[in-house]
Amino acid sequence: MGKRVAIVGYGQTYQRSSRKDVNGVELINEAVVTALADAELTIRDIDAIVIGNMDHFEGINYVDMWSAEGSGAVMKPVIKVCTGGTTGTTVAMCAYYHVASGMFNKVLAIGWEKNSESDTTGAIITAFHPVWERPTLGGAVAGLAIEASKYMHNYGATERDGARVAVRERLHALNNPYAHLHQEWMKGIPPEKLVDLIVGSEQNAMLAYPLRMSDMCPRTDGAAAVIFAAEGSAEKIAPVPAWVHATANRHNFVYAGDVDMDRNTTIAEASKAVFKKAGVKEPLKEIDVCELYLPYSYAGLKWIEDIGFCAYGEGPRLLWDGVTDMDGELPINPSGGVMSSNAIGATALIRVGEAALQVMGKAGPRQVKGGNVNLALATGFGGCYWGDVMLLGKKKPA
Amino acid sequence: MTDWKDKVENMVYSGRIKVPYLWNVGKTGSRFLIAIRDNKEIWGTRCPGCGRVYVPPVKTCGECFVPTTEWVKVSDTGVLESFTVVHYSYEMQPRKAPLAYGLIKLDGADGAILHLIGDTDFAKLKTGMKVKAVFAEERVGSIADIKHFTPA
Amino acid sequence: MSKIAIVGVGQTTCTRSKIDTFEEMVFEAASKALADAGAEIGDIDNVVTVSNDFWDGRTISSMAVQEAAGSWGKDVSTVEGDGTFGALYGMMRILSGSFDTTLVVSHMKGSESIMNLITNAMFDPIYQRGMGIDATSAAALQARSYMTMSGATEEDFARVSVKNHGNAKNNPYAQLPMKITVGDVMASRKIAEPLKLLDCSPIGDGAAAVVLSNKKGLKRFRKEPVWIKGVAHCSDSFTLGYRDLAKSRALKEAAQKAYKMAGIKKPLKDLDVAELYDAYSYMELMWYEGLGFAPEGKGYELIRENATGMKGELPVNPSGGVVSSHPVFVAGMVRLIEATLQVRGEAGKRQVKGAKTALAHGINGPCGQAHCVYVVGA
Repeated sequence: MGKRVAIVGYGQTYQRSSRKDVNGVELINEAVVTALADAELTIRDIDAIVIGNMDHFEGINYVDMWSAEGSGAVMKPVIKVCTGGTTGTTVAMCAYYHVASGMFNKVLAIGWEKNSESDTTGAIITAFHPVWERPTLGGAVAGLAIEASKYMHNYGATERDGARVAVRERLHALNNPYAHLHQEWMKGIPPEKLVDLIVGSEQNAMLAYPLRMSDMCPRTDGAAAVIFAAEGSAEKIAPVPAWVHATANRHNFVYAGDVDMDRNTTIAEASKAVFKKAGVKEPLKEIDVCELYLPYSYAGLKWIEDIGFCAYGEGPRLLWDGVTDMDGELPINPSGGVMSSNAIGATALIRVGEAALQVMGKAGPRQVKGGNVNLALATGFGGCYWGDVMLLGKKKPA
Repeated sequence: MTDWKDKVENMVYSGRIKVPYLWNVGKTGSRFLIAIRDNKEIWGTRCPGCGRVYVPPVKTCGECFVPTTEWVKVSDTGVLESFTVVHYSYEMQPRKAPLAYGLIKLDGADGAILHLIGDTDFAKLKTGMKVKAVFAEERVGSIADIKHFTPA
Repeated sequence: MSKIAIVGVGQTTCTRSKIDTFEEMVFEAASKALADAGAEIGDIDNVVTVSNDFWDGRTISSMAVQEAAGSWGKDVSTVEGDGTFGALYGMMRILSGSFDTTLVVSHMKGSESIMNLITNAMFDPIYQRGMGIDATSAAALQARSYMTMSGATEEDFARVSVKNHGNAKNNPYAQLPMKITVGDVMASRKIAEPLKLLDCSPIGDGAAAVVLSNKKGLKRFRKEPVWIKGVAHCSDSFTLGYRDLAKSRALKEAAQKAYKMAGIKKPLKDLDVAELYDAYSYMELMWYEGLGFAPEGKGYELIRENATGMKGELPVNPSGGVVSSHPVFVAGMVRLIEATLQVRGEAGKRQVKGAKTALAHGINGPCGQAHCVYVVGA
């Protein structure tokens, strides 16, 4: 049996549309320094580093090597892992396994992205198969639009349901100083009214039916770093460590045509594996808060069904009942989520870091349940429906 | 037994990944490039921990992991620590082969800078020799504002 | 340390250009590794793939090989680095207690892109890339730094090339088996001085796979386990002018850690065979020093005395090494596979008699910035 592992430190840069004042290595350094300060550690305390991003997004090959002087990897073990949009959670899982293996005591996980420096859609298109798919498929939006319209068809969901998710994410982001999008005008307006305004707005451009501008995530510059430590050290570093209770992932698709547009089967399978390991039987009741990688609004309806928070088609009801709002039974994305900040290589790691903050009671204005969070769920999504899931908890796992 | 594969023509799909990038230099690097562009001066940053002077400058010393605190003007001449004469050509190279690269430790700096070597008979290059920066006539704020280094 | 065993290995031949797709190559390597272990895909608990987006011309390059790697319905992750780093992650995942077995696969089709353009993109875009520097020209700078520091000569580099290409004649998987002389190497075309054509590895196509298991998982496999006795990795700084190119302190650090785990005190004596990542001939001499086979600056003495030849004190690269076959990212995993075959006594004509303890080594980044060192034994 391996070591039990906890998150003991978290740092992120302010997520912004463009960080012209720093290069990539300097941006990474900001997140690392912030995470170290959070844990009251120095780089000398760190035994290994895990980093990731997508090469074509910044035009940087071998990011682990290139960033060494900023990440702290000089004369340290460093590994690069990459799985697309899930990279952040993949980095977190890799850091977890580093520590759980007993080979390393304290490990730094880093995710980052400078979307402002490239043509994100141009880069995303290169994720498709060069011979069979690239000539015809068009980046991220169209694929998600197909999924959304299929969900609407299957379960009778409406554009208003999608907009309700967007409203939640943007309202939550107002509590998060690190979030990229702060739509201050929304403050104080009831969600129903905001949904009316969004759906009825002529300025809200239709990108690919049913997805409008308001349904999508932004392009962001940002970085994040999370410190994992082994039992024995973790308790000494953090007053309330966020213990990793279970983690799992699935990726069952090679060609875009393989994707099951009816259900998100990889998130479903990975969630099932995590709940089994952690002994979670009733996710909605037992989990206190979620930080989910929801890159667009309809994912906030459908994927919460796949995770197992409600039956198929019941996602919209949970949203309209306020169950997933800050003061609901299961607050989802108190940080404002991916739809409020999306520095892609960092995004999924931010989910893990934010979930850890909730467990540690350090989430400030975006803290839910008065800090009384026992279990927090984080997910990553990407790479043609790659699905990563990590469950964190206040109690040290058995 | 004949294998059907022996009779199939091999199809090749050729492509090219073209994604435009705008790499931000950052404030630290920008100050370095501006000094070259405007004044033909080369500046580095000093680490308060180990005292190393880095050229090109770094915001953080990779060895000590502390922010650099001081700007230091270094000489535009230095020592050729290593060099190579390259005999092949690809489109990413700014010059046709043969072309030469050097690692140059400028007087006053600790880290060496990678650059082109030019205006000289490559056969006469030796490690340890003195070389001097040749600045481009038209300078735009890139590392190519130093055209190359040449024996001093 | 004898917690994780290598129970199956598989490699494709390395060739200049294969018609096979990534999927086909990975399936071949994975199937061979499973067959070697006497196992089926159902015996595998989780999978790690190794690939690189720039080399593959595809963002999320690992997506292409998920079916071929048999990872459907399983936990899977992807390391972008040399195969030795991928295997290390596969090992950690078992040690964590979450899995008993891992399949690790790595693939490369160097023939589908241009090495110089790809490796140019590993340099800093602001200060270095515009000059057109690439893996080979950077290696040439390192080779000269090393010559200046050590007094090694171009003939010493040539001796490495002669030894390894000669060894490759005993390896059916190698790309360039050749009987050549020091004179041939010296007379070969200048590439980036002091490196000549026969000092440089041929970038090619290939795939490799290993099956790892803990003690509990062993009952699923038929093969005698080869144990990972020690393993460690370490990175130096990135910027070429900021690190001492002539000395590999990162390799030294990794080797010392791996030796400590494996109980190796005098590597030249305690090891029976070593497989090193000699992407360019001179590297092998530098790695001798980093690995403690020779004192700093004295690596050339080993090659001059033929101490690392097949009949020497410590045969290095009986397979022909990377200078004879270089599928990037796969090459380090091939070193691990070759070390395993040596310990098993299954290395055929390249077998070092009675080999019990073997070293395998992988590198990552420009001029061997990062290293991963394994000691394996029966």
